[in-house]
Amino acid sequence: MDILVCVKRVPDTAENEIEVNKSGSDIERDDLVYSVNEWDNYAVEEAIQIRDNVGGTVTVVTIGDDESEEVLRREMAMGADSGILVSDKAFEGSDGKGIATLLKAVVEKGKYDLILTGAQADDGAGQVGGMLAAMLDYPYASLVNKVEVKGDALTVGREIEGGNQEMNEISLPCVLSIQTGINEPRYVGIRGIRKVASVEIPTYGPGDLGVDASLVGTAGEKVKRLDYFVPVLGEGAEMLEGSTEDIIAKLIEYLKAKGGLK
Amino acid sequence: MADIYAYITHKNGVADDSALELLTAAKKIDAGAAVTAIVTGAGDVDKVAAEVAASYAKVFTYKNDALAYPNAEVVRKLLITAVPKGAILLVPHDTFGMDLSPGLSIKLDAVFLSDVTDIEGVSGTTLKAIRQEYSGMVSTHVTCDIAGGAVVNVRPGAFPPDESKSGSGAVEDKSGTIGDLSAKRKFLEVVEAEVGDVDITKADVLVSIGRGIEDQDNIEIAQELADAMGAVVSCSRPIVDAKWLEKSRQVGTSGQTVKPKVYLACGISGSFQHLGGIKGSPFIVAINKNPKAPIFQVADVGIEANIVEFLPELTEAIKEL
Repeated sequence: MDILVCVKRVPDTAENEIEVNKSGSDIERDDLVYSVNEWDNYAVEEAIQIRDNVGGTVTVVTIGDDESEEVLRREMAMGADSGILVSDKAFEGSDGKGIATLLKAVVEKGKYDLILTGAQADDGAGQVGGMLAAMLDYPYASLVNKVEVKGDALTVGREIEGGNQEMNEISLPCVLSIQTGINEPRYVGIRGIRKVASVEIPTYGPGDLGVDASLVGTAGEKVKRLDYFVPVLGEGAEMLEGSTEDIIAKLIEYLKAKGGLK
Repeated sequence: MADIYAYITHKNGVADDSALELLTAAKKIDAGAAVTAIVTGAGDVDKVAAEVAASYAKVFTYKNDALAYPNAEVVRKLLITAVPKGAILLVPHDTFGMDLSPGLSIKLDAVFLSDVTDIEGVSGTTLKAIRQEYSGMVSTHVTCDIAGGAVVNVRPGAFPPDESKSGSGAVEDKSGTIGDLSAKRKFLEVVEAEVGDVDITKADVLVSIGRGIEDQDNIEIAQELADAMGAVVSCSRPIVDAKWLEKSRQVGTSGQTVKPKVYLACGISGSFQHLGGIKGSPFIVAINKNPKAPIFQVADVGIEANIVEFLPELTEAIKEL
């Protein structure tokens, strides 16, 4: 099985406080720690496990600037066989549909039986996998938390409401978006990354992919962000302040009053 | 006037809460819109259609055995022909809507807005809406041109239900227009969640832990606090993903829905999927080292602290009572 996994370099929300910059035009990007999108890491691990079971190859692809190459190397250190960097000024600012358009061109340049994405990334839209599948006329399943190879088809579990799992049979080739928790992504050490440091990673630009420039980048952007701001969900908590002893004393009073202590 | 449709999710013959939330969202796009509800399914369709007809201007029903279970690959095929060119389709952003809509927008050649939390309105053919990014830590205003139609996924619970019951009662059976529904993905079965050793849905007090617990070995810190309080330990998704606790302990839309009296959110940032699993307006205490965590906006009481240090001190103090 030849598998393509689409990955993205994103600010690590577990490591960073995401804040809006002064003008509200973007998040504050100075000093951000970036990593591979958490969902994508599960997708790559799943691809590696499938390959190890039934044979084949795992290719990882990302769209971004030169710095995005580091996430490809990280996933190759995990066990992906090769990487593809899709990068060009003309691709910058692509929205979900633009990204899916570029990935479609990547898919058509190769030959893949299975295409995996993470269920979502930093923008929380969870849209690229479904769009890509529709563009390719491949079947699609989202939020996948189980994959079993059954000849020319897969049995896949989708995580649905209430912790239930929806089982489907899906024919190949297909696109799946992978949910976290499907597996335990292996640890990647510095040594692993060093091993793949000199592996050549091809960069695909507009000429290689043959995409219409008006469909990608800011030129093709259908959904435009106007600004960023801090959401207001509710009135906000009463923050308990003072020494730890004071805070605990106040908290215990609240817990007693609200039935939180038995 | 915008031509607006709403896809009605239903289960066991009852429309989902999102049915009336989509109507509110539709009226924020166009206050005077005559919104059409689309109900697909097999046996339950008429019952659900009668229910939503009280609220919607029109209801279109599509009855077919192939639609008995909402397999997004099949429903998408139906909607490609059922939704007119240039129309706006609203879909709940649940696990079905996430499966359906991105691909549908491509097939309809319509713009796609995912997980919308609010709609500011339409000026000309430009729709302005609000979404969230980075696990709800920041919001953005987005705009798109809806002249060619739009598929808008609406976050469940983000809009209040439209209780005006100002529908016409008109139901039109469109089953005769259904074309080929064959799909390359076949629904097999739903496997129900396993029942765990503890039922967190019955607990009055929950000590719930998230990523801030940092390490599997620290879970016992939470358990000791729960024991001292007479509470039960629950958690957010990352703890289950890491296999530190069983899935049955997970609070959220993809886990359990809980209705405690008191909820201690410890090291939990407060994603909408997590908050979606907390019902019944409990007293929420948020303890988090990140003062900007969204959980502080919905909590009643907040404490900025590292839970790994704070929880043992709290446990000691409670034991001394």
